[in-house]
Amino acid sequence: MIETIQFNLNGDPAELAVDPDLTLMWVLRTSFGLTGTKFGCGLGFCGSCTIMLDNEPVRSCMLTIGDIGGKKVLTIEGLAQNGSLHPLQKAFMENDALQCGYCTPGMIMNAYGLLLKNPEPSSKEIIEGMEDNLCRCGTYNRIIEAIQSASKEMKREAAI
Amino acid sequence: MKKNKHLGENINDDPITHDLDRRDFLKRMGGGLLITFSLNDYPLLFGGELQEDEKTDMNAYLRIGQDGRVSLYTGKIEMGQGVITSLGQMLADELDVHYDSIDIFMGDTDICPWDEGTYGSLTTRVFGPLLRAAGAEARATLMQMAAEYLSIPADRLDVRDGIVTAKEVKEKRVSYGTLTSGKEIVKRLEEKPALKKPSEFRFMGQPMLRTDAREKVTGEAKYAGDIQLPGMRYARILRPRSYFSKLISVDTSGAESMEGVEVVRDGDLVAVLHELPDMADIAISKVKAEYETKDPDVNDQSIFEHLVKSGTGKRVIDEGGDLEVGLQHSSQVFEMEYLDGYVAHAPIENHTATAMMEDGVMKIWASTQTPYPARTDVAELLGMPEEKVHIMQIFVGGGFGGKIYNQQILEVARLVKLTGKPIQVVWTRREEFFYDRLRPAAVVRIKSGINDSGKISLWDYDVFFAGSRGAKQYYEIPNHKTVSSSTEMGEPDAHMFYTGAWRAPAHNTNTFARESQIEIMAAAAGIDPLDFRLRQLKDAKYINVLKMVADKFGWTPAKGPSGRGYGIACGRDTGTTVGMMAEVEVDKTTGHVQVKRVVVAMDMGLVVNPQGATIQAEGCINMGLGYALGEDIRFEGGKMLTRNFDSYDITRFSWTPEKIEVLLVDAQDEPPHGGGEPAIICMGGVVANAIFDATGARLYQMPMTPERVLEAMAMANT
Repeated sequence: MIETIQFNLNGDPAELAVDPDLTLMWVLRTSFGLTGTKFGCGLGFCGSCTIMLDNEPVRSCMLTIGDIGGKKVLTIEGLAQNGSLHPLQKAFMENDALQCGYCTPGMIMNAYGLLLKNPEPSSKEIIEGMEDNLCRCGTYNRIIEAIQSASKEMKREAAI
Repeated sequence: MKKNKHLGENINDDPITHDLDRRDFLKRMGGGLLITFSLNDYPLLFGGELQEDEKTDMNAYLRIGQDGRVSLYTGKIEMGQGVITSLGQMLADELDVHYDSIDIFMGDTDICPWDEGTYGSLTTRVFGPLLRAAGAEARATLMQMAAEYLSIPADRLDVRDGIVTAKEVKEKRVSYGTLTSGKEIVKRLEEKPALKKPSEFRFMGQPMLRTDAREKVTGEAKYAGDIQLPGMRYARILRPRSYFSKLISVDTSGAESMEGVEVVRDGDLVAVLHELPDMADIAISKVKAEYETKDPDVNDQSIFEHLVKSGTGKRVIDEGGDLEVGLQHSSQVFEMEYLDGYVAHAPIENHTATAMMEDGVMKIWASTQTPYPARTDVAELLGMPEEKVHIMQIFVGGGFGGKIYNQQILEVARLVKLTGKPIQVVWTRREEFFYDRLRPAAVVRIKSGINDSGKISLWDYDVFFAGSRGAKQYYEIPNHKTVSSSTEMGEPDAHMFYTGAWRAPAHNTNTFARESQIEIMAAAAGIDPLDFRLRQLKDAKYINVLKMVADKFGWTPAKGPSGRGYGIACGRDTGTTVGMMAEVEVDKTTGHVQVKRVVVAMDMGLVVNPQGATIQAEGCINMGLGYALGEDIRFEGGKMLTRNFDSYDITRFSWTPEKIEVLLVDAQDEPPHGGGEPAIICMGGVVANAIFDATGARLYQMPMTPERVLEAMAMANT
């Protein structure tokens, strides 16, 4: 059964005639070519497919395209604005908070969701908020530092 | 892995042909100066014999283009370990060009010369010196060319950022690009040019951020699964439930009735294809298969007994003195057995490969640490000439030794050949666990003794099935023997699953056992465990790293268990000497272990990128906490019970120590040693010793799960 799903994708209206039961992660990757959203475990355990849905970080492997009709989707590709990287992206680079980089988009999107709710999280709050995103290369400490420095930068930017 | 007859492999046998190949290469690249070098040159240039674990083959081209840009073509790959950054640092310094003017091409089998693979911490310690020599050779050649061009003797010229300038007449200058313009110069690295001294380094030794970070934080970085080809199909392959299953019959009618599904059958290969991954998933679930399964009566509990029974093939790794004499000289003797379960590589990127046929060439993008052996294997499987198989450069989402074997590449190549369509094979997480070449389960038996003055008098060590790397002890023990046991030659493997190289193979198990046994003896002798180690050590590097780490950690002597939760471990892997201390907190009601702090000191010789080396050590510590505390493959016969991250505990945010401190010994005058593996070897030992120090409970089995900690505490209290 094909349905037309309308939603907002990285700030722009999007429309797709599609089987609404298809997995959101795969649709983003195959129909929209947004391959920054990664497949890791397929069951919501690793977080590498994390995206923002109406300002909530969600696992796109656990949702269907039918779930997002009328909603706002933000993927890693939509984070930089006018070619300027988001403070989180910059902070991940400056803190060397990545190695192989495969979990990185999911980490950044989950951190983005965390900072929306809690703009100045303590390291304990970061750990709690990020706990279900896995990194096999072991960059956790640097990710915590990157989120903290992005939080400071976002506060500074907001004050300007 | 098979040896073969690729470009560069037999570089000495047939130089003319290969030079022709290289001229061809240079022509295609638009001219310039090309320096070629190979691992075969290493003993010639740097003396000595390569160690057993260094015997691999690797080759590279270094090209100075007419635009002045420097290109390095290497078969090495980037999987997060950061050599894409450090290789550039080495080359920039020897060549006197700016770091930013270097382009690095990795693992593309059409433009990069043959290389056996990226593993064993080989890139910096073995490939690095060769690359530097090639850079120095190129610089010397260019200086000679500049001397002729400017009519000024080379010793009166300076060079910086690829611009050669006369020392006395600054306006007399010429760039590398101008010098190579219109030329096709091919040189082989034949003798050792003078390498820069550490005092002359400009980029080496400087902490550098990763050069590939921007692509990775924007989602632009492409991994094998991110390649999307027109008309591409996603494949799902029928898998048995057990390693010991034989396919009897299969009914694919359910899948065939689905719209858009193509079923492929070729002997034992049954696959479904669909342009949507979700549909391929549904289609494979509709394939009905009957298997005959004869599972051995071995599971994750009984495996250790099975291994000891199977381990009758004994190989002596090291021995000295006389064990009988050692026994007589011992006032206390300790006989212990250590167990280590199977561990998976579990990279977040599963094994993936995308492939297509284009103009008679099989093009493959794959998550692999070994693109060249993959090319050979594909060519053999499909009966194609190797030059018709092209493995493309791509980012790899973590390897750790697990992406050496390339099963998924053979699968995708076979399917493309059969159907003619572009295809992607992405293993599910369940397939990833099932087909991973696991770190082998292992048993270590140690009988050791100490005399009345607290010296180790006896060391009788037998490791079953882990392997011999790191088995040899390095303490001053007069009577010792180290044996590595596995099945007899020609006997079938004792494991239920494929096993393979897992970051510092064998060494994690061996260091866990050795360093635990050392502390058991220290505690029995009533001696502080650091002091106990120092009493048995003569090797200056070990003594140095232990003292460095103790100083930073703030170690104060106390006999164990002190109640502080402090642990020590040390070891040496790929030439790097490691001393580590950790502090843990053990929840005595739940058995939960929280590692609060880890300090590591490493003597790794020349450190090219201190930032990269530090990050690799941090990664080792975090990844190693997983095998120490949580990772345990569960199985019944040939059936894998571990299927996803809900039943396989790798390190997560909350496990990571609040503080990790990495100290690097200043040894810039020495050759570089390994960086990607050494620090991980200590994690089991340091955690076990810290748990003992906190609770008085000794853990003999990894992972040290809360249940096992509680059990050990109960034992300690009886």
